[in-house]
Amino acid sequence: MKFGIVVFPGSWSQQDFYHVIVNVLKEQACYLWHKEADLKDVDCVILPGGFAHGDYLRAGAIARLSPVMRAVTAFAEAGGFVLGSCNGFQVLTEAGLLPGALLPNDCLHYRCRWVHLRVESQQTPFTATIPLGQVVRMPISHGDGRYYIDQAGWRRLVDGDQIIFRYCDANGEIAKDANPNGSLDQIAGVCNERRNVLGLMPHPERAAEPILGSEDGCLMFASILETFARI
Amino acid sequence: MTWTIICGIWMTSLLVWGYDMLIAKIYVTLKPDVLDAPGTTVKSTLETLGFEGLADVRIGKFIVLTLNSLTKEEAAAQVEEMCRRLLANPVIEDYRVEVEGAEG
Repeated sequence: MKFGIVVFPGSWSQQDFYHVIVNVLKEQACYLWHKEADLKDVDCVILPGGFAHGDYLRAGAIARLSPVMRAVTAFAEAGGFVLGSCNGFQVLTEAGLLPGALLPNDCLHYRCRWVHLRVESQQTPFTATIPLGQVVRMPISHGDGRYYIDQAGWRRLVDGDQIIFRYCDANGEIAKDANPNGSLDQIAGVCNERRNVLGLMPHPERAAEPILGSEDGCLMFASILETFARI
Repeated sequence: MTWTIICGIWMTSLLVWGYDMLIAKIYVTLKPDVLDAPGTTVKSTLETLGFEGLADVRIGKFIVLTLNSLTKEEAAAQVEEMCRRLLANPVIEDYRVEVEGAEG
């Protein structure tokens, strides 16, 4: 399977994704510079973390207008798998490929630490093989991670089973103090209506080897590979 | 510094040559339902300083655009589109635009 990792000026997690895909998963990966309009026949597009275009104006606001995003949008509309982590999630919401928006953390701190997430739906290519309700451990590293959507939008997410990850404690309880940024309904990750685009604030690529303290990120990659193999 | 002078001369020359310079002031604020974390913190800090009667503090963005060769109506329409397409995110933000002559 071939993964394309989008690189904006200011992206910083692209090499972590590349390393995991090529050296850990033994799959193919290439970088997609933001000025490129050609996705090089990739099977899955990844939008990594960082501060694309310095996060000027709003996180992701400028990045979404890069030429590569027109291609990513067409790819998503054709059913292609698109995964956005951290800044990639912010770009996907700004681009309208995912509902909602990400605001400054309620604590006003940049938070860089491990969190627990509960898998809330298996109905995406990224979580299909992870048991429902499983608690996974991944790091976060962000200042603008507070997920927000209005009441009507939240209702649509709930009714459409589009909330994929929620912040929880080690036991899987959706405890208030397990919410690192004040996200609405403890939302850590959502998918689109078609379920082929997923965004989450945590970093699966930084939790994909034992030496990093968690391999739970590999569960997501394994799910993508298995879902793709079945197509 | 040099740039400031050059820009100053350039802008003055535009005025002298009769271009109608317009200033668009754009106020972007979080929607009332959205928690403004920095605003809340500033509010409690103002209260710590002894200021009373603060019902709310909202912090937003103030963007100033200088436009030329446009009528006021054209400028207003163009700035409206800029807000819609880039300067504000309708999911979380409201905006207000004021267009006025450069001389104020």
